[in-house]
Amino acid sequence: MSNLDFVAEGKPADWVPLGETQTVVDPMEMFFKLPRKTEFITGSEAARESIRRMNVDVAIAYPITPQSETMQQAGYLYDEGYIKDFYRGEEEIGVMSACAGASRAGVRTLTATSGPGLMRGMEAISSWPGARVPMILMDMCRVINTPLAIQPDNIEMSFMLNTGMLLLHAEDQQDFYDYPLVAAIVSEKVDVTLPCAVSVDGFFVTHARGQVSMTPKEYKLPPRDGWASAVPAMDNENPPARLSRDAPIQKSNFISYHMHSSWQQEVFAAVERSAKYFDKYLDGCIEIVNPDADEFLVASGAAVSQSREAVRQEGEQGRKVGMIKIKTIRPWPMRQLIAALKNAKRILVPEFNQAGWLHKELCSTLYGRTTGTMIGGPRVYGGMTMPTEMILEWLADARKKQL
Amino acid sequence: MSFETLRPSPALKDFLPIEYKDLVEHGPYGKNKKVSDMGKFKEIIEEHPMCAGCAMTLFIRLMYIGMPNPEHTIVVGTAGCGRLALSQASVPFVYGNYGDTNAVASGMKRGLDIRFPNQFKDVVVCAGDGGLVDIGFQGLMHSWFRHEKFVTVLLDNEVYGNTGGQESGMTNKGKVLKMSPRGKKDEKMDMLGLAKVAKLDYIARLAPTNPARVARTIRRSILIAREFGATYVQAYTSCNIEYSIPTPDVMKDAFEIEKDRYGFEEIISDRAKEFLKDLEAKAKAERKAKK
Repeated sequence: MSNLDFVAEGKPADWVPLGETQTVVDPMEMFFKLPRKTEFITGSEAARESIRRMNVDVAIAYPITPQSETMQQAGYLYDEGYIKDFYRGEEEIGVMSACAGASRAGVRTLTATSGPGLMRGMEAISSWPGARVPMILMDMCRVINTPLAIQPDNIEMSFMLNTGMLLLHAEDQQDFYDYPLVAAIVSEKVDVTLPCAVSVDGFFVTHARGQVSMTPKEYKLPPRDGWASAVPAMDNENPPARLSRDAPIQKSNFISYHMHSSWQQEVFAAVERSAKYFDKYLDGCIEIVNPDADEFLVASGAAVSQSREAVRQEGEQGRKVGMIKIKTIRPWPMRQLIAALKNAKRILVPEFNQAGWLHKELCSTLYGRTTGTMIGGPRVYGGMTMPTEMILEWLADARKKQL
Repeated sequence: MSFETLRPSPALKDFLPIEYKDLVEHGPYGKNKKVSDMGKFKEIIEEHPMCAGCAMTLFIRLMYIGMPNPEHTIVVGTAGCGRLALSQASVPFVYGNYGDTNAVASGMKRGLDIRFPNQFKDVVVCAGDGGLVDIGFQGLMHSWFRHEKFVTVLLDNEVYGNTGGQESGMTNKGKVLKMSPRGKKDEKMDMLGLAKVAKLDYIARLAPTNPARVARTIRRSILIAREFGATYVQAYTSCNIEYSIPTPDVMKDAFEIEKDRYGFEEIISDRAKEFLKDLEAKAKAERKAKK
């Protein structure tokens, strides 16, 4: 059932979905010009307000902590008429596959998941970029390792790094309001046509309150144009006959190895092409604090907030420490990072996971391009918090060359 | 494709692909064709890499003839023999991940309903017993219990043909196949029974022994799915390779199996019966008026 059949679902015949009362505005106007009002809300509530303004056609999700706080709100948005169709899927393989179907049909599609759910849906998720299905995946990170736990930890993001997905990492509640809206627009750009995940550190952001500055709910993004796409929608509206975009790209007896490798190259080229849009809509793929400092903290997600405070406290002591916030993990802002860190003497990478995937990414980028010392840490995981003191201690130890 | 949303300029008509023009002028795009006219019109599928004598191919060919609006249809499949033919057809084919057909179709049908509120866009899941009953079971069941508005066509060759002859959930008990070296231990899964439990509005089981009946069954299943939700067609489509059926005897086998355990069965809900009655009465009146 859907809002198309709203009478059958108990709505009065003269019911007007609230989404239809919203005014469509240009993305740049929504992101930079419309007046904003600040509210003190949780990350999950910020996500809800983002979805309200996103002009979503189909949202599908399977409940999992900590994502469910958001997607049950999406259910209410559907009931109010801000989302045209919504259902609770059978589990994540089903959900991620259904999202691929909806996006192939040419409509704006949204889902969300967390840790183990992301892992369960990974077969489908990793096939999205090759299928060229634009959509928005909100990813509220949590532990995936055994023993089973529902604590915050962002190791799951590393599993998306080499799939061809676009991947943003929200620092706080404000980002978790802004980034999904940007993701929706960039994902559907014709020269991009890729799914975009917006990860956020679960609980620290989703279940905590923060100041979120939002545009009026009477405005929404432009709808998806199903015909504006790098590959045709599967709607049987595209000539000629015998045109199936899926079958020819399947390796097997239908496709040459060369064609498959070309297809992969194109997917990853599209990831790079998305950078110019993120640069425009996010006001830069990275944010630099104290660009002329000798030592830097480089972080993404909630580790940025802790790093900001460490930079502030170091400043109080008269020491200038630099900080780089990486907003887009994919596309990876390689050139900007090299330029920003070329003169750094020490680079610390605080992370909320055991493997240190961000540190590894940064090392491979800066190898041979910096004389500074790369320090993989501090790291917390399995639900631990990262006190600012921990970062300060690591900085102090690094200065004493103990790390 | 839609004749309403895209009308080629007459001046450019000559430049359209010959296959598309043939489908419109001499095929089933925009007008239904009869099984009895096979050989006289451009079919949705004409070439395929299937094994010689494959009954599944015959069934798929008839399935396309039965589609009420192939120009507004999308077929969703998965790994297996069937997709080798389905991907060669003049109807778009989604070749998804293993066992994802009914989930993909659920999202796709809902998306198409939003984009085309005034045009039926039919989604047809067509996949084998391994793809639907084993790896795709969960998605299949949930699409049925959600009564998603598309038909699921099960190509039941009772074996994993494409991967070389392993037993499936639809293999009969006792059958020796790869991965059941001592004979399959469990009964063939009762998918018709499960379809009844899910209260589908149209359930059919058949073998490709009566071509007109195959086309009619598919047509009914699609038309009813549009109106009421999930429908199910289960077709015996033997694997002559893995079951060692001599190529000239494929149809003989189909008749024998039909008689033995795969007889035609059609279960239609009362509301679907009423719907079909109205539809068929209208069609009859139209034919009469034409005469």
